[in-house]
Amino acid sequence: MTAFLEIKDLTKTFTLKGFFGKKTDVHALNGISLSVEKGESLGIVGESGCGKSTLANLMVRLEEPTSGDILLDGISIAHKKEKELRKLRSRIQIVFQDPYSSLSPRMTVEQILTEPMQVMGQYTSRERTERASELLELVGMRSSSLRKYPHEFSGGQRQRISIARALTTEPDILILDEPTSALDVSVQAQVLNLLTDIREKMKLTYLFISHNLAVVKYISDRTAVMYKGRIVEIGPSLSILTSPMHPYTKELLAAVPIVGKPFCPPRETAHETGGTDAERGCIYYDRCPIKDEKCRRERPVLEERQEDHEVSCWKL
Amino acid sequence: MEPILQVSHLSVSLPGKNGPAPILKDISFSLKQGEILGLVGESGSGKSMTAFAVNQLLPGGGKSITGGSVLFAGEELTGKTEKQMQTFRGKDIAMIFQEPMTCLNPVFTVKRQMTDVIMIHEKRSRKEAEIQAADMLKKVHIRDPERTLSCYPYELSGGMRQRVMIAIALSCSPRLLIADEPTTALDVTVQAQIIFLLQEACQESGTGIIFISHDLGVVSQLCSRIAVMYAGTMAETGPASEVLKAPGHPYTKALLAAVPRFTSGGVRDRLYAIPGMVPDPSEIQRGCLFAPRCPHAMDICRTEHPPIQNLGNQHQVSCFLEKGVSRGDGIS
Repeated sequence: MTAFLEIKDLTKTFTLKGFFGKKTDVHALNGISLSVEKGESLGIVGESGCGKSTLANLMVRLEEPTSGDILLDGISIAHKKEKELRKLRSRIQIVFQDPYSSLSPRMTVEQILTEPMQVMGQYTSRERTERASELLELVGMRSSSLRKYPHEFSGGQRQRISIARALTTEPDILILDEPTSALDVSVQAQVLNLLTDIREKMKLTYLFISHNLAVVKYISDRTAVMYKGRIVEIGPSLSILTSPMHPYTKELLAAVPIVGKPFCPPRETAHETGGTDAERGCIYYDRCPIKDEKCRRERPVLEERQEDHEVSCWKL
Repeated sequence: MEPILQVSHLSVSLPGKNGPAPILKDISFSLKQGEILGLVGESGSGKSMTAFAVNQLLPGGGKSITGGSVLFAGEELTGKTEKQMQTFRGKDIAMIFQEPMTCLNPVFTVKRQMTDVIMIHEKRSRKEAEIQAADMLKKVHIRDPERTLSCYPYELSGGMRQRVMIAIALSCSPRLLIADEPTTALDVTVQAQIIFLLQEACQESGTGIIFISHDLGVVSQLCSRIAVMYAGTMAETGPASEVLKAPGHPYTKALLAAVPRFTSGGVRDRLYAIPGMVPDPSEIQRGCLFAPRCPHAMDICRTEHPPIQNLGNQHQVSCFLEKGVSRGDGIS
């Protein structure tokens, strides 16, 4: 049986041009392989620069992959031509992080919501407007908002509009690229609950990207932890949260501020992640508190340590 | 001990759609030396406006303040001229913001921006200022201060920029540091480092810190006292441990319930979401401003302004409910 959504050895390399034509390669994604069942929700977690947004952009082909493939129902979408892609695009939609820059300020909500249907050549003009107001109600907004412009709404409402826009083409998969990190905690809760409801109602598959492990739990069945363009740990969300195995996952978990949990000062060695990595050895070597000689020489691969729970670390 | 900052009955109005709109209503709080006060609330609750009012940075200047006082180390700040304020800003009162990229000047190096502040306020020569700047960067745990000094802001990551901002803010050993959502734009791991730095600064130099955030999780880890704001009013103030364990105001309780946590419950639980939105300050309001969203609202809440109740131990709450909202009802 072919998986619903399969990502095979996906790699994206950006080439930066410095002064005097000096080029450096940045490996934003380094051989990512994933498979997602229909109706499943997969969380992808990591710090900025770990490649999670690049993955989102590749999924909707805002970027071209350097190598590897993305299969939807066994059909490759990674190397399709733009014309052939159009039909498939309606099946995968994306919601971006910043609701202020992802909605055109010069279009009314009605225009924002009907445009995708128009591009797809779906429905008559009247049906499109009807559907737009239905979708608005689905995301918990009044249909009278159709005539308003994005600037008249708060951040949370704008994110609802973004979600409604993503749903206009009746997609199977929603890519959610940090949809709540620009929002207040109280509004974040509203949006997370909305996403859970919509997913059940419309039988959607989610790829939920976030840097906050605590948020992912509320949305995702499974969670993948990314570091420097690779997956270091993947498994059931609860298992990752309650018994993390990779030292990086542990570090991420320790950093999430929780009411009632005493603050644990970060380790001195911790510093920002970059896109490039060393020639060999474990990618987490620089920051790892339990590293040894082997970690420096050989790169660990993802291995199943518990049921459905894979980790890439030598020290387990 | 005399507080370094005493804000009493501060009210601020800004021009709105239908004439002046009250942005802050009767705000009172104080901050002692070496204390970290968490100012919490949703966007639009007036947290940042409070910070601006303290620093006299309100749009429209001093005219916006319609009542109350801001005492800094015993000195009244309201009514001070721009020139007089400049001797405070950056020296005694420092401020850091959410987005470090917009606060750092993109066309100057870190060195230039750091030494300028030190030269102006501490009257040092450029050489001395450079040495002090490098020292400050070391203090905020930047590994290679010399290299960072020669960088332009765009060459640094978000976490590094925020460290530079903190280094600039602390370079003249301020007595008061206002941090306006300094970690909201950062990764959780970097956020932990910034929290650690602020704690260190507070312990080492006795700087009083006002830490503004919408995330009670962060505030609970850093602050000794918490002030919860709602729609320009002070809903609750008190010791952090008490406010978090036994919140007196239904709003505080709702905010606490909305914070995602992974220690309890299963996967894909629902989070508590506060219904409705923060009211628009330009609309005329009566009664308790939280009443339309409050699960405990009574008839009196809709018509009259709630009194301030003392729950003891400097824990105050502005609510009609006797002894505040008890734990375990209404919001779970």
